Amino acid sequence: MQVLYGRHHVRVFRFGLRLVRDEQVAEDLISEVFLDVWRQAGKFEGRSAVSTWLLAITRFKALSALRRRKDLELKDETANAIEDTSDDPEVAVTKKDTSGVLRQCLKALSRDHREIVDLVYYHEKSVEEVAEIVGIPENTVKTRLFYARKKLADLLRAAGVERGWP
Amino acid sequence: MVLSGRMLEPEPDDIELLLPWHAAGRLSVRDARRVDEALAGDPELARQYAVVREEYAETIALNESLGAPSVRVMQKLFAAINAEPERRSFAPRNLATRIQGFFAGVSPRTLAWSASLGALALLLQAGVIGAILVKNETTTYRTASLSMNEPVTRAQGGEAPPRALVRFVPEARISDITTLLDTYQASIVGGGKGGMFQLQFGDHAMSKEDVASLMSRLQGEKIVNLAVPAQ
Repeated sequence: MQVLYGRHHVRVFRFGLRLVRDEQVAEDLISEVFLDVWRQAGKFEGRSAVSTWLLAITRFKALSALRRRKDLELKDETANAIEDTSDDPEVAVTKKDTSGVLRQCLKALSRDHREIVDLVYYHEKSVEEVAEIVGIPENTVKTRLFYARKKLADLLRAAGVERGWP
Repeated sequence: MVLSGRMLEPEPDDIELLLPWHAAGRLSVRDARRVDEALAGDPELARQYAVVREEYAETIALNESLGAPSVRVMQKLFAAINAEPERRSFAPRNLATRIQGFFAGVSPRTLAWSASLGALALLLQAGVIGAILVKNETTTYRTASLSMNEPVTRAQGGEAPPRALVRFVPEARISDITTLLDTYQASIVGGGKGGMFQLQFGDHAMSKEDVASLMSRLQGEKIVNLAVPAQ
């Protein structure tokens, strides 16, 4: 269990944190995830990668945690105010920090869009694995990421960054 | 008749939809070839792919900046496990299943690189041992006056040399990588995670401008798929 925890806990934590946007909640979340894994280890049949299984459990628990919080939207705003210590997109763009603007816009995406962007770009999950984690058809996975990218482009354009696409 | 904005918006084609997975190295060989062929013949698509690669790099950088959970989490978890009524070992039913599960979790690029990395690690190890021997040899003949000229901050362990997370293209050969390491006076100090290797450049700290220039040059290398600064 220590090996499994050691290998996966950071990525599980980061995935959870990007969903719930609260470090304390994300820490509680990974504790629950690995305890569940301990309890249900016998149910893992190796049909998918361990990391895919862990991310699917994390997602389920994150959504449950968010549902439990009646003040979700307020919490989102509060978390944003706390975690975004860097410049906002408009300020950053005046400093010609395109990289910083892009990161701010990645943070500003909706939860569905953040989730799919992270699963593909950071967790390097295939179309099939994302479909399994999120519980949507493979074609929807592809189009959801495409529209997440378009939304990102819109946010960047609004912040004064034009990248030539779309 | 007025068409809505939604109707006027062209639907993305299949190749366009696959670009993010191409950047992440998560396409089948067949799909990767289709995308490569399309990219070679379509400048507009190639431009979009450059945008995708930028998003890919920044998403990794953003996630890497999120840090890690505190030790408290692990303590809490293992206290909870110890309190469980019946201890069960985390072991799927047979070894083959575990091995299958492990390799299914590794991206194709990581798999492709694992064998190469083994060989490279041996070469690097030999190089490091050689370097240490040479360095020790040199310090034997150092004079006190020579060390007086060295910056005090260096002697006290000043700023660290720059590091970067680098992903090589799957086609890169070991000889290409060793050449690149030589050219940039770089060494691999960690890696394998998600197909990314952590490289350290030289043994001196650099200014932000120099690091940015270094990353830009690295990103321009044919065998480098992605290079982002690491802390």
